[in-house]
Amino acid sequence: MNKNYFEIKRAGINTTFQDQGRDNLYHIGIPFSGAMDNRNFQISNKLVGNQVNFPIIEFAYQGPLLKYFGEKINFAITGDVKFIIRKKNNAIEGTCYQSFTLENGDELDIISTNKSVYGYLAVSGEFDVNYQWSSCSVNTKANIGANNGKKIEDGQKIYILNINKNLSDKKLNYINTKIENIRVIQGTNFDYFSDEGKKIFFEKEFVISKLSDRMGMRLEGPKIKNIVDTNIKSEGLLKGVIQVPADGNPIIMLSDHGTIGGYPKIGVVISADYDKLVQLTPGSKIKFKKVELADAETLFKLYDMETQNLISQI
Amino acid sequence: MIKNISNLGDAALYCDFGTEVNKEINSKVIRFFKSIQKENIDGINNLTPSYNKLIISFDLRKKNFQTIKQQIENLNVINDDALESNKIKIPVCCDESFSLDIKRLEEKLQITRDKIYEKFFGKEFFCYMTGFIAGMPFLGDLENELQAKRLETPRVKVPKGSVGLTEQFANVYTFESPGGWNIIGNTPQVIFDSTNENNPNLINPGDVVTFEQITKDQYYNNNE
Repeated sequence: MNKNYFEIKRAGINTTFQDQGRDNLYHIGIPFSGAMDNRNFQISNKLVGNQVNFPIIEFAYQGPLLKYFGEKINFAITGDVKFIIRKKNNAIEGTCYQSFTLENGDELDIISTNKSVYGYLAVSGEFDVNYQWSSCSVNTKANIGANNGKKIEDGQKIYILNINKNLSDKKLNYINTKIENIRVIQGTNFDYFSDEGKKIFFEKEFVISKLSDRMGMRLEGPKIKNIVDTNIKSEGLLKGVIQVPADGNPIIMLSDHGTIGGYPKIGVVISADYDKLVQLTPGSKIKFKKVELADAETLFKLYDMETQNLISQI
Repeated sequence: MIKNISNLGDAALYCDFGTEVNKEINSKVIRFFKSIQKENIDGINNLTPSYNKLIISFDLRKKNFQTIKQQIENLNVINDDALESNKIKIPVCCDESFSLDIKRLEEKLQITRDKIYEKFFGKEFFCYMTGFIAGMPFLGDLENELQAKRLETPRVKVPKGSVGLTEQFANVYTFESPGGWNIIGNTPQVIFDSTNENNPNLINPGDVVTFEQITKDQYYNNNE
């Protein structure tokens, strides 16, 4: 029996195992899933000496409280997160983007994310999880992935295999920046909307609604008027697609989205802005800025180079 | 065959096969989808066939819109007239505890439930696509007399296994899910099985489906 494990004293709000997600299953109705903020997911793994696509624990808002049992292990947390390490005789406030060591009996209390949604916990070992279609990513809707496709729950144990014996301290100087302007390419149904609606979409502010989760982000604000048809024949969706249903409030599809939908697509968030988009909390204001395909491609190259560069600094 | 290819965002091709929903156009979509699947093109990470569109997603680290578009345009598409398809029979129980919207449908359609069931169970359906939730089949086409709109206020929870109708289509809820289709019965049959990675969906695009009415006893004995 494995002797290294976390006991979950408090699971947190939406704590799941994730990795890079799963490909090539849209046609049977299964979305990518995977870590919402891909950059922070990869960095967390590198900080503990793992390959960047190892399974990690993703949490949202309130994180888990975990008690550790076993041989020495390193962990790292990425995002913008407040957490405390409680040892036998003292407690230390932790810092993101830096590895720390846990010993038998230590507690890791991930209190909350600060003005952001998702945080990532990686350990210098392999979480003992099951894979479906080469990914452990949990899709709670279809109960696919690690932990029987369910959120991590109070009281359960999470086992860790193959702990790296050579623990070395790692650190990255990095601060998450926030963006308010989300760059968007016009969608395939852009002309379903009135001139005024189009103008509103690119000029006015929208507020992120509380009804947002790993499937989608709902926005509130001035209504976008449809002048053609408030439904289309159902067709494929992607993460980042912005649909506008009959009520005129945009919905942005996120990583666990339904694979097909029947609302007109006004735009698509560019790939370079996705990681930052998902970190915006309910109540935040956002504005959409129009870009062309060629710009979006260049912006993604730059974003990806920056990510690779950060990873190589660790 | 494809009328137009445009970009959907920066990492997908949007292939438009037309605006109508019919077997002929949909069969073209499915053929194209299967051809691309066979090619195993490096960088393509998802294909989403639907009634009359095919969305091809790719990894922007490896490819871009122009390169994938060229590859798709040069593709040799399977052109046999007959699509490979399975014939599948789905047992459905229409006991009152399952047929949540049958009364509403009688009123909406102005025909009796017996007539509704007679037409529904006498019908051979074609699977246009699967998705929204894992494994959910979109089946057509219902005749005019059975076509009704969605519920005005969708249910927060439609029970797993529910068989629903809306417009010219029928479907099966493979999971408990929010939804607005008119529910006429429930099947004990497993339609989506995530433990069967090679073939998780019982019903796939192009398949032919019929429904068979069963009693409540048969429903509860179907699970062994």
